[in-house]
Amino acid sequence: MDLILEGLRKAFYMLLTGDPEVFQITFLTLRVSGTATLISLLIGVPLGTLLALTNFPGRRFFISIVNTGMGLPPVVAGLWISMFLWRAGPLGSLDLMYTPTAIIIAQAVIASPIVVALTSAAIQQIDPKLRLQIKALGATKLQYLWFLIKEARFSLLAAVIAGFGAVVSEVGASMMVGGNVKGLSRVLTTATVMEVSKGNFDVAIALSAILVLLAYLTTLGLTILQQKR
Amino acid sequence: MFNGRGMFMKKWFVVLASIFVLLLAGCGAATTNDSGSNTEPLDNQSEPAETPAKKSEPAADAEAPAKPSIILATTTSTQDSGLLDALIPDFEKATGYKVKTIAVGTGKALAMGEQGEADVLLTHAPASEQKLVDNKSVSTYELVMHNDFVVVGPKNDPAKIKGMKSPSEAFKAIADSESLFVSRGDDSGTNKKELAIWKNAGIEPSGKWYQESGSGMGQTLNIASEKDGYSLTDRATFLALQKNLAVEIVVEGEESLLNIYHVMQVNPEKFPKVNADGAKAFSDFMIDPKTQDKIGKFGIDKFGQPLFFPDAGK
Repeated sequence: MDLILEGLRKAFYMLLTGDPEVFQITFLTLRVSGTATLISLLIGVPLGTLLALTNFPGRRFFISIVNTGMGLPPVVAGLWISMFLWRAGPLGSLDLMYTPTAIIIAQAVIASPIVVALTSAAIQQIDPKLRLQIKALGATKLQYLWFLIKEARFSLLAAVIAGFGAVVSEVGASMMVGGNVKGLSRVLTTATVMEVSKGNFDVAIALSAILVLLAYLTTLGLTILQQKR
Repeated sequence: MFNGRGMFMKKWFVVLASIFVLLLAGCGAATTNDSGSNTEPLDNQSEPAETPAKKSEPAADAEAPAKPSIILATTTSTQDSGLLDALIPDFEKATGYKVKTIAVGTGKALAMGEQGEADVLLTHAPASEQKLVDNKSVSTYELVMHNDFVVVGPKNDPAKIKGMKSPSEAFKAIADSESLFVSRGDDSGTNKKELAIWKNAGIEPSGKWYQESGSGMGQTLNIASEKDGYSLTDRATFLALQKNLAVEIVVEGEESLLNIYHVMQVNPEKFPKVNADGAKAFSDFMIDPKTQDKIGKFGIDKFGQPLFFPDAGK
């Protein structure tokens, strides 16, 4: 019990005094996971919409793959991306291993299936009669897509929340491709694991409190946006 | 109709977009907080021409290195004990290099060396390291420091091994009494040493009493402590974590328990992508008398005894 209180006290202390290392780690976490979520949206929303609106052979199979991808274990993503980014790997010359960029790539890979699947489900949920009506009113193709995305915005924001939540909390891939390098690729989750290893439970508790707070505030912001009329 | 909706939708996207912009902007500002050498993390892959080389050391290191980033693959004990945090800032300041420390088990660190995925290695498993020297994966092999392994166990000592001198006999007693033993199980230097002791004792450890944690030294000690088990650990990690642990040292001191650290430069002739200059600079730094002095003093203020003993040149 003492340890928990001590950890929470430390978390407040580190937040109030503006411990530069903690702030750097927190901002990096936000930037990395935020960018990864953004990329996953750029990939996922168009792909999910396409998947919802078109019919092609093997579509169900493809959707089942995407749905499985929602549960893609971060360590699996981490391992495969490592193999590509290693010096001896096909993308080795880019020198991306153990950088924040590598983490962004891994997290975008983890979040994309979530966004694709939720987007596709959201678009499919729209009443087909409504879709027909919009077309009948003479909407151009672009207006039509705009309308669909707008109509599905609650579910789309849920996709953003789910995607961000998945990547900000994962540790396996960040550790593998980021390497937990101090001041460069150390994010809240990997720092927490390391502090536990070092026996600094108070710091670990503090970091975990910051992580939860961060996840909560981001989700709160998105939820307010989602529920706004 | 579409106009009205379009406006609403636009607003919604603007809000969403501004959140992301805010996130990015906030982080951009944060990178300047990074004390010491300020390489913008995201740009790290492009040739960073402007890594600040602070000239605290004379002439030779005046210019910023052409390839400023070095990958150091090392064991968890050097990170978990805090040694690297104490040494690396000095190195970065003196040379302008930026060290990416990848703290993994010695097995993984050596594997990274053998694949050319790291530039310089700092590990503690002489028998396995010799293999890399022989197959020319590394071009240098320098003795840096040592400390020792100790057997730790619960205070009530169910296997009655406290004070024994021979680790193999102690391990035998643990196996005979089927007392819980928590192994690293991760092919690390400590794990290799532990398996060598079991072999020496003529025991193939298995069964419910023998558990493999598959994680670093710190985590393994936490598990042993929580479950009242025995474990083999390097002294540095144990001392650094002692304040949280319910286990204590039960066997120590025999010569076979020496834990020896070497620094190795990964061979640039075999792996052209290796940062050879950076690796050399780091290797030289580790065996530099000033660094050696600092290694010898590290931990005295906190634990009343040094965690590592400098050995370079011996």
